Amino acid sequence: MKVPKLIWKNMLRHKLRAFLTVLGIAIAVAAFCVLRTVVTVWYAGVEASAVNRLITRQAVSFIFPLPYAYRDQIARVNGVQAVSFANWFGGTYIDKSNFFARMAVEPETFFDLYPEFLVSRQELEAFKRERNACIVGEDLVKRFGFKIGDVVPIDGDIYPGKWDFVIRGIYHPKEAATDPTNMLFHWNYLDERLREQVPQRAGYVGWYIVRVGTNTNTAEISQAIDNLFANSRAETKTETERQFSQNFMAAFNSVITAMNVMSFVIIGIIMLVLGNTMIMSTRERTREFAVMKTLGFSGTHLVGLICGESLMIAALGGGLGLAITFPLISFFQVAMPKGFFPVFFIEPITIILASVAALSVGIAAALFPVHRTLRAKIVEGLRFVG
Amino acid sequence: MADTNAQLIQLKDVTKSYRRDALEIPVLSNLSLSVPEGEFLALMGPSGSGKTTLLNLIAGIDRPNTGQVVVGGVDIALLGESPLAKWRARHIGFIFQFYNLLPVLTAYENVELPLVLTSLSKKEKRAHVEAALTLVGLGDRMRHYPKQLSGGQEQRVAIARAIVADPTILLADEPTGDLDKVSASEVMILLERLNREFKKTIVIVTHDPRAAEKAHKVMHLEKGDLSI
Repeated sequence: MKVPKLIWKNMLRHKLRAFLTVLGIAIAVAAFCVLRTVVTVWYAGVEASAVNRLITRQAVSFIFPLPYAYRDQIARVNGVQAVSFANWFGGTYIDKSNFFARMAVEPETFFDLYPEFLVSRQELEAFKRERNACIVGEDLVKRFGFKIGDVVPIDGDIYPGKWDFVIRGIYHPKEAATDPTNMLFHWNYLDERLREQVPQRAGYVGWYIVRVGTNTNTAEISQAIDNLFANSRAETKTETERQFSQNFMAAFNSVITAMNVMSFVIIGIIMLVLGNTMIMSTRERTREFAVMKTLGFSGTHLVGLICGESLMIAALGGGLGLAITFPLISFFQVAMPKGFFPVFFIEPITIILASVAALSVGIAAALFPVHRTLRAKIVEGLRFVG
Repeated sequence: MADTNAQLIQLKDVTKSYRRDALEIPVLSNLSLSVPEGEFLALMGPSGSGKTTLLNLIAGIDRPNTGQVVVGGVDIALLGESPLAKWRARHIGFIFQFYNLLPVLTAYENVELPLVLTSLSKKEKRAHVEAALTLVGLGDRMRHYPKQLSGGQEQRVAIARAIVADPTILLADEPTGDLDKVSASEVMILLERLNREFKKTIVIVTHDPRAAEKAHKVMHLEKGDLSI
């Protein structure tokens, strides 16, 4: 008989209790993974942001536009390599539930600044040639069955009217964190319509995207850009794409903090569940431990047996929890409103965190029973009546 | 044993008391005892006279307040917890009144338990366990769990567990206390055989005069005093 077999037999002494404990840990680990995944995907935009991209927006608020005329002035700032721009469009595709981001972009430069959006050369050229062309993310293709040549009708809200866009390209995300749910079309198409229908709204963009060198001083360049427009009617605020995303996420900070706290509360609950099981289990075996000490088992042996049992339960629960996490995440992907999270995936760090948490809990839950067993005198243990 | 002194077990001026809340309860007072190698000694006496305490001190599972407990030339009262555990594994086979078998293990596995601490190969362990169980007449009950055995059979498994690592001394605390007459007699015959054929030094604590009859020597412990 090997020690692991002895640990296994001890663990299965109360099969129902062991099963419920393993199940409890599994559910907690799965819940931990789902919560961590939600937090992770919430920050996916921040993680996906490039270090060499700056965003220049209206200083008062993101929702106010900036003059198109700023583009050339920004491009002349020392250290700036390229400038593009985008504009939030909004609108509705058939039904309000079909939410996805629709943005008017500068077709010549936008994809140069976003190399993580992979589009074939032919499709990109076709997109650039046609004024009402658009490029859609691959998830929209999966979701709505779009194909090249399809017309996507959009009911405008920020920009009222009926808008028809022809799909001329499909982009594929380069990284897992890249948003595959955007629809991107020509800013010129939007601007021309505005010139005809609401001329006072024409000639504006939502924000500028500025590419700088990877080793340049972004703070200095940002300041230089903002200085250009200081005291103007549309002052700017320039920051790195990461800061921009973080500021955008700040509105959800309390929700994210609550989810973070909850995920660690769950770890605490696992510890209490397993700790309770181990305390009960070792208390019932007080006399057996005394017998084993009498047979010559040392404190180290007993520590190994108790920690081994606790770790075995934690590992089984953790393993089962991870196994059910994947179908659970798939279920959430299906069940959640489309477009709520552009990307939804389990990061390897979440798996590692959950595994480490389960095993740490296994050790922590054994500490008190180990302490109690080591302190107990053999003669008192032999008199113990459970 | 480090010393093959004629007296295998020697207790010198041993004092032991227990504390119950604020009360100090004296159990043994300046007690001395010598047990030669190969002896079969029965300790008798009324409840609370200190018989089990005396046995526990010899087994190294309890420590005296004062005095020396020298077994095989080693003052075990001076050993730390870990060396003492190793010493017990090597030299002591302990038989309890209520058998104290692990319910989740089969008879075979219960007997094998002390061998988990040794470096014997799987084959050697199997040979030891089978020999021990055959010796106690349970060669055909190896795969049985304790709950599938009678009290007498359980005690014989406990004896097999006590002898499987070939200890120098066998200590038995009321080994027949929970058994019927027939089973008690079988257990005592077995202990007598272990003493006679395998030269084991045996010390038993018992209330049962019939059990004590099998011993070479009977000593009475009353109010902390030993007498023949």
